Amino acid sequence: MSLAADLGIAFGRVAFVMLFVLNMGGLLTWVERKQSAIMQDRIGANRASILGLRLFGLFHPLADAIKMLTKEDFRPARADRVLFGLAPFVSVFFALTAFASIPFGDTLRVGGREIPLQAVTLNVGVLYVFAMLSLGVYGVMMAGWSSGNNFALLGGQRAAALMITAEVAIGASIMGVIMVYGSLNMMDIVRGQGTLLWGWLPAWGIVTQPLAFVLFLTAGIAATKRIPFDMPEGESEIIGYFVEYSGMKFGMFAMADFLETVVIAGMTTSLFLGGWQVPYLDAAGVRLPWGWTWALPHLLVVLLQVGAFVLKVSAVIFFMMLIRWTLPRFRYDQAMRLGWLGLFPLSIANIVLTGLVLLLWGGRP
Amino acid sequence: MRVLQRFYLVEVLSGVALTTAHFFRNMGRHAAHALGKKDARGAVTIQYPDERRPYSPRLRTLHRLVRREDGSPRCVACMMCETVCPAHCIYIVAAEHPNPEIEKVPARFDIDVGKCVFCGYCVEACPEDAIRMDTGILEFSSYTRGGMIYTKEALLALEPAGPDGRPRSPIPIPADRTP
Repeated sequence: MSLAADLGIAFGRVAFVMLFVLNMGGLLTWVERKQSAIMQDRIGANRASILGLRLFGLFHPLADAIKMLTKEDFRPARADRVLFGLAPFVSVFFALTAFASIPFGDTLRVGGREIPLQAVTLNVGVLYVFAMLSLGVYGVMMAGWSSGNNFALLGGQRAAALMITAEVAIGASIMGVIMVYGSLNMMDIVRGQGTLLWGWLPAWGIVTQPLAFVLFLTAGIAATKRIPFDMPEGESEIIGYFVEYSGMKFGMFAMADFLETVVIAGMTTSLFLGGWQVPYLDAAGVRLPWGWTWALPHLLVVLLQVGAFVLKVSAVIFFMMLIRWTLPRFRYDQAMRLGWLGLFPLSIANIVLTGLVLLLWGGRP
Repeated sequence: MRVLQRFYLVEVLSGVALTTAHFFRNMGRHAAHALGKKDARGAVTIQYPDERRPYSPRLRTLHRLVRREDGSPRCVACMMCETVCPAHCIYIVAAEHPNPEIEKVPARFDIDVGKCVFCGYCVEACPEDAIRMDTGILEFSSYTRGGMIYTKEALLALEPAGPDGRPRSPIPIPADRTP
């Protein structure tokens, strides 16, 4: 009985994260179309309908999936049979698994059980997400290499170079956060952001590490391989790593980009925007800085926190989409210069600065 | 480049501010439109098959043959339009008219719209004001070349466009004729 309940809880946690990430990824195709359209004084895709019901074009992801699945699945004659088929799955797999250690809520207490609201409880959660994101580039490189196409190979090489550039900056900018909150466990980092600075300011990562936030978000957008850092694919003129792919395999590469967007947004939320923390809401209820309190039931608090996490992730995704539809693409050399001469030294400087401040203040907030 | 521009961040933020302003202004207008304020438009899009922009009355669209009061064509088969046509897309076969007052009548009057360049010379050349290009019909297409040929009967059946420039006749279904 107990084992069955444990299994059920574990399954539920994984299912929530999987469904959240997958649905967000699917919805992002709609968000991308509609948000860009509204930004550009257009209406956007609104023609897909079921029985005359259009729902602001919400059926377009569905229509896309049907289109992708019914298209010809072409494989070039000189392509590596195994790697060519494996590459899109590798891309999507690591993008999906990366979200596993990101907490979406505080510990839920039901019937004497304590359920941490994250798919996998890891004490090195930050490194895990980081590792999964880095492994994702193997799918891209495999696609470029196995296509038997020199343009695809060059695209894969550009992707690998960009990923290394972005990963170094991400890793170095996260360091400051880890120093401030003193843990590699995502749950502990989010809990650490629940304290108040000077009694009124939530100690979110964006407050304690503003420079790291900018650096991480920039490098994170680069890691998703989307505009303005989309020179691995460069769909309009330079040819990218998935030039030989068609049908659903092509769709999976596109989906991997969206999933990575969700992962980066989830990580930004957890590390810098307080994760599931709602300002002035703790496990007992609302507690405002001037001492006013309002007790709330446990289940409502957890629900509010999960809602806050979803809202924050959506807001970060909105911002990333804004960037994607505002900026033109960086040239390859510009992106390399920005990564190695801009983001990387600045994140190293941020580590030194954080260390100095922690040393002078004598501890963590 | 100025120092600020070299830092990207300021320029990026000013760009994001512009696009964000556009987003929220248009969202507000869309919301006002949905809540019943029908003159609020968040987009410049004209949703084509449902909405059309008004056509100019001078727009040259699919030809039509003007009818007499008894329904016969006003055309007297003088071949002026066929002669002036730079694309050679008009084909007329003349016949005697039963009324001796009227010179002739076309037995056949075919226009190959697939060849037509919509210059309007035929309308200008016609001494009888028998051919006009004012139907407002733009959407004629066919899978075959033969389907682009419009015969006398089809051209006679067409009505002029309404005052808003919209076509009043249905778009003729291509009769797949061999050229």
